[in-house]
Amino acid sequence: MKFKAITAALVTAGVLATSAPAALADLVFPMLSYRTGPYGPNGTEFADGYADYFTLLNERDGGIGGVKVATPECETAYNTQKGVECYESTKGDGALVYQPLSTGITYQLIPKATADGIPIHSMGYGRTSAANGKVFSHVFNYPGNYWDAASIIVKHLSDVSDGDLKGKKITLVYHNSAYGKEPIRTLEELAKKHGYELSLLPVDHPGQEQKSQWLQIRRDRPDFVMMWGWGVMNQVAIKEATNIRFPMDKFVGVWWSGSENDVMPAGDAANGYKAVTFHGVGDDYPVFADIKKHVQDAGKAAGDGSNVGSVLYNRGMYAAMLAAEAAATAQKMHDTQEITAAQMRDGMENLKIDAARLEALGLPGFAPEINVSCADHGGPGLGAIQQWDAKAKEWKLITEFTGSDREVIDPLIAEDSAAFAAENKIEERDCS
Amino acid sequence: MFYREAGDFKTSYASDQQTFPIKLDRYFVWGVLAIAFLVIPFVINDYWEKSVLVPFLVWAMAALGLNILTGYCGQVSLGTGGFMAVGAYACYKLMVAFPEMNMFLVVILAGLITAMVGIAFGLPSLRIKGFYLAVATLAAQFFLVWLFNKVPWFYNYSASGQISAPERTVFDIAVTGPNAPPWATYLFCLILVVVFAYVARNLTRGRTGRSWMAIRDMDIAAEIIGVPPLQAKLSAFAISSFYIGMSGAMFFAIYLGSAEPTEAFGIDKSFLVLFMVIVGGLGSILGSFLGAAFMILIPVLLKNIMVGVLGWPADLAAHIEFLLIGALIMIFLIAEPHGLAQLWRVTKEKLRLWPFPH
Repeated sequence: MKFKAITAALVTAGVLATSAPAALADLVFPMLSYRTGPYGPNGTEFADGYADYFTLLNERDGGIGGVKVATPECETAYNTQKGVECYESTKGDGALVYQPLSTGITYQLIPKATADGIPIHSMGYGRTSAANGKVFSHVFNYPGNYWDAASIIVKHLSDVSDGDLKGKKITLVYHNSAYGKEPIRTLEELAKKHGYELSLLPVDHPGQEQKSQWLQIRRDRPDFVMMWGWGVMNQVAIKEATNIRFPMDKFVGVWWSGSENDVMPAGDAANGYKAVTFHGVGDDYPVFADIKKHVQDAGKAAGDGSNVGSVLYNRGMYAAMLAAEAAATAQKMHDTQEITAAQMRDGMENLKIDAARLEALGLPGFAPEINVSCADHGGPGLGAIQQWDAKAKEWKLITEFTGSDREVIDPLIAEDSAAFAAENKIEERDCS
Repeated sequence: MFYREAGDFKTSYASDQQTFPIKLDRYFVWGVLAIAFLVIPFVINDYWEKSVLVPFLVWAMAALGLNILTGYCGQVSLGTGGFMAVGAYACYKLMVAFPEMNMFLVVILAGLITAMVGIAFGLPSLRIKGFYLAVATLAAQFFLVWLFNKVPWFYNYSASGQISAPERTVFDIAVTGPNAPPWATYLFCLILVVVFAYVARNLTRGRTGRSWMAIRDMDIAAEIIGVPPLQAKLSAFAISSFYIGMSGAMFFAIYLGSAEPTEAFGIDKSFLVLFMVIVGGLGSILGSFLGAAFMILIPVLLKNIMVGVLGWPADLAAHIEFLLIGALIMIFLIAEPHGLAQLWRVTKEKLRLWPFPH
């Protein structure tokens, strides 16, 4: 009898727990996050930023256009199979957009989500050629992609070597996965144009073992090292670089290899390490006062609330902000508060964020302007270089936001998306 | 009482030698098959397909393969992930090269190609045994994954090194790609698994299976009574790899749709299948299914209970899931070192004697 009573209580509690959040929320932004495993430290910060921004909107503005936002979370551990399971388990709840924060999961979801009519926003990751909106109707990767990042890094390296990279040696240390391999083609094209010598050093998942790669670098003595790493691989690479005394200001990471997590373990020796970024750094923006007031002090912060203002927290918050703005755009376009995934897609395709809007959002000068269009899902593709100051323990922007080498990248995007279209028999959309 | 062999009289050799000679077993299998073929296809949805049933069938196929090699023939292998990769890449190359080919044929051919690779890597088993063989198969695992990363021909020179399954059909019904209906992919995997589980069951009951078991129990004695070790060991490697190759092909083409070698076919996959076989029961066809169900379905179930029903944070649930699954594996193996299949055998024994246990 007693056992039955307990079971009944448990089941009731379960039903209440599942039904309660669904009744409150109408706009669903599923979070395929990861807070465990070798990529957990990075995934946690991004997820906290993403969740906190939506909490802020709910608390301060009563949601988006008066409709509350829900962010059901599903742990992927950066694993594609779990990502698929998470996608399948959340897509039925009225999911508006997916941001899986994993290139592997993005590749997995591109055909599935397109068939289901749910947009994907792979912000600065995923399949680079998804920038071609004529082929990828439901995939967006504004405000920048890997090939932009590669080109901006090469431009910066060229600037610090007085505009001439001829005969220089550049080594790419990359995560041996779809993610790490993305920039290779662009770097090879750029090598032809600028005349540098590119060598490639893959690091296998999860990247804790990189002795041989750095031994190779010590032997080759490249002029510059670039890194496409993520999770624990970043920390290990920066520590190994300090071990072989590689000059830190000649070591540049992509935007996923430039967070506090990555440089802190190496201590003072990491001083001067650089990374490219597509948004501002630090917590010196008005929006953080609101987050403190409405989210942190109200005890509603995601995670332990200690990550506010870190690079990846800001990026998660920026991702949520772009999603919220797109949802607001969709609400205006379709004149309805409760939008569907298809309307969300329209909102993303017509997203416009200028400097004035950024200022109104409490993020003045945080990022370049964004103008998404039917043909261009890739956004402006601007990036700046940030540098780590180990004394002050903070990142500083050392360049302006600059553009990438479009004359190299655009043909590559056209070529790769055409290959995808041919493989999957996709007709190009008419965008005129 | 409930489960009995008595009174089930056979009047011909054929009925005595059928696959399931006991009436109750037969009814049970027919019942399960009837539900699997006649009920589930009508109620299946995307979630059940992609998160529960298709992964279960794919891994059951892999566990069957490894059980033939490790459970029946006694050759420890840590190369399962690598052999699955061979199946997946063979499947991909065949799909791209022959778009018109029936997917059943593609998967079976992918299995055959893996069988040949399996024979090549099985050759050392003629000289080395036990842990040493495990290390040799470990080399296969790393070599194969490295190969599929290194040689662009295998992934058709795509920029990211990923392979993606284009849409392919069986009798004009899509079974791969995003537009494949859930019932079609499920039935596709189910048919392959049922057919080849039946084949495996009969192989292990027949001469081949007996020679494997003789080698497993004591290879020198087996050789003396006339079992050729070369034939027995290599056939075990070939047939095991055939199954694992088919499972890899289904894993890539039907279940995931795209894959990259390092993540999808890493060493953790080899261990996963080995655990399935050990938890399920070495040398048991039923054990392969039980082990696959245990390792694939319990995590999904736990996640749904903790996050969906209890509403816990996703990261906490993920960590507790690790703990619980580890604890469950230990509890099961302490309670029954011969795996879930043995647990079922003991249950049958109890049911047979009930209500008079003495």
